[in-house]
Amino acid sequence: MAKTITIEPVTRIEGHAKISIQLDDAGKVADARFHVTEFRGFEKFCVGRSFWEMPGITARVCGICPVSHLLASSKAGDAILGVRTPAPAVALRRLMNHGQLVQSHALSFFLLSGPDLVLGMDADPAKRNMAGLIAEHPELARAGIRLRAFGQQVIRMLGDRSIHPSWAVPGGVRKSLSAEQKSELLKQLPEMYTTVDMALDLMKDALDKFADEIDAYGDFPSLYLGLVNEEGGLEHYDGKLRVIDSEGKILEDGAAPEDYQELIAEAEQPWSYLKFPYYKPLGPEKGMYRVGPLARLNVCDFAGTPKADRELRQFRHYGGQGKPVSGSFYYHYARLIEILFSLEKIEEILADEILIDHHIRSQAGVNQNVGIGVSEAPRGTLFHHYKVDDNGILEDVNLIIATGQNNSAMNRTVKQIAERFISGNKLDQGLLNRVEHGIRAFDPCLSCSTHEAGRMPMQVQLFSAAGELIDEVQRG
Amino acid sequence: MPVITLTINDELVSARTGQSILEATRDHGIQIPTLCHLDGLSTRGGCRLCLVEVAGSSRLLPACTTEATEGMVVTTHNDKIDRYRKMILELTFAERNHTCAVCVSNEHCELQTLAAELGMDHVRYDYLNPELDMDTSHERFGVDHNRCLLCLRCVRVCDEVEGAHTWDVKGRGINSRVITDLNCPWGQSESCTECGKCVEVCPTGALFDKGVAVGEMKKEARFLRRILDGREKNQWRR
Repeated sequence: MAKTITIEPVTRIEGHAKISIQLDDAGKVADARFHVTEFRGFEKFCVGRSFWEMPGITARVCGICPVSHLLASSKAGDAILGVRTPAPAVALRRLMNHGQLVQSHALSFFLLSGPDLVLGMDADPAKRNMAGLIAEHPELARAGIRLRAFGQQVIRMLGDRSIHPSWAVPGGVRKSLSAEQKSELLKQLPEMYTTVDMALDLMKDALDKFADEIDAYGDFPSLYLGLVNEEGGLEHYDGKLRVIDSEGKILEDGAAPEDYQELIAEAEQPWSYLKFPYYKPLGPEKGMYRVGPLARLNVCDFAGTPKADRELRQFRHYGGQGKPVSGSFYYHYARLIEILFSLEKIEEILADEILIDHHIRSQAGVNQNVGIGVSEAPRGTLFHHYKVDDNGILEDVNLIIATGQNNSAMNRTVKQIAERFISGNKLDQGLLNRVEHGIRAFDPCLSCSTHEAGRMPMQVQLFSAAGELIDEVQRG
Repeated sequence: MPVITLTINDELVSARTGQSILEATRDHGIQIPTLCHLDGLSTRGGCRLCLVEVAGSSRLLPACTTEATEGMVVTTHNDKIDRYRKMILELTFAERNHTCAVCVSNEHCELQTLAAELGMDHVRYDYLNPELDMDTSHERFGVDHNRCLLCLRCVRVCDEVEGAHTWDVKGRGINSRVITDLNCPWGQSESCTECGKCVEVCPTGALFDKGVAVGEMKKEARFLRRILDGREKNQWRR
């Protein structure tokens, strides 16, 4: 008998979503969908506002990664001004972006996915959460929280607040760092490196622990998209777009971010508010691509900092000879390598004498009517595209968000997990959690991707073909 | 100068003849909230936040436009007055789109400060969410009608101090809007002298310097007293 399983809402991710799994008459998975059930409409209500306000407004899209929107929006503003942003301002923006990568990745790894990785997928749901993690492994939880706090502190020192800072502006930034602040950050770095080392050990244990099931968590061929710098190294703030295929072959290289529309098109489905972007030259099916930490480590030639490069070499082994790492479970591992990279970059930028220069903001009026700003958010490549009139009033706004770009891959992941673990009519918490974990691996931010906000309890329902409820599990 | 005696909040106080209740109370260190009032500009009585209770009057009276008189008994603060003031603020917030979090004047806004001081922690009325635009056609300044509360300080300072009378009002009641010249874009105004006084006296983020980001617009209305002291008393100081 054909049935539909609905998981609603999905927990420990950022935003509102549900998952539905359709079973055929034989009880096998016929299809699985990840529905995003929230709607916000930033693209609409920002029309009519001034582009000067956009960094402050779009930072409000998300409380986890406001900095990404702040920077992409400021870069779009830079393009509208058409002037060069002072080098110290660029260095400071990079610094804040690395602070955000640290805090967001630490949140994902330690607090959202940590309970699954440390306590196990089948652990008691009442304990498989942050409170349970703190009870079982207080040192680990504390270290993770302190790592996140460090990232937040970087943001707060620059932007006066860690959530929704309005610090980057078209043309530059508003404030630099004092010598005292720099030394305050530098002295905390050794502890942060130790925490990442501990997390990397834990990650490698998890890879062993879940060896039998890792290939069920979204391991499939896809394209990967991300920014790389001029030398092909790992990049989060500027650079050019690179797309590679599942074999590691470079399909696009050196593509200017402002030409993104030649690379990316967006499909829509009536059952989700989240769009389905794809690589345009290959169409919606073959053009499915992934973004985010896994994609960034796959597309770059090297990281560019000693510790991260050492770890990246180990990471590459999981992809096979010259091939990208294709398992979405490795997003967790990639996140830790990026934290390491960001910590090294923070150290590098803080030592850079360019920060002493007081020129951090260029002044200009509207010189271009279109501005496109691109940066790498923790979850992947973020595009802000504005069209303004001669007075700087927005006529059109398009935001392409990382989670949206992973939409097709997340749907595929849900299906793959369901196929592996669902059989018959009975649902259990372990199944429920594995399906959710497949989504958590992507660390989706649905607030961003639909430009909305929320939280997620969850429900799974099993329906007969006639619509009769056969089984149900619920939490949250 | 003839002096009168009146009772304010159960205390006998003296005031000069011709002073408003607002002036008399402020001379004695009693603070009454105001928004449309600005020292140096003509009084308007538009915002109604300075409403006080005067013995013998069945309704509350605005302190800024009511003259203090001999033997008057005035109450500036009690539960009823506080309730009315809060209600006025809530209605002000509900009438247009004052989104403090992303406003250029966030944390430097008289309306926001008053709301905090008077304990306005929520709005009980439906927001009207009117569709209002911004005009950033001027080279140096912008106007955002979403944040205008029609205090008309801009209109008064432009007319009374600068003498340009660029600003005026169109429409009636809830449809009123401040306009420049005969309702042309600010950037096309022929009368505007670009002095910026209107921006400095605006209590919210409705008038702002172009290019400022969230919370960056800090205003300094005290410049007005300096100008007027110089003009009227030949006292020039910073």
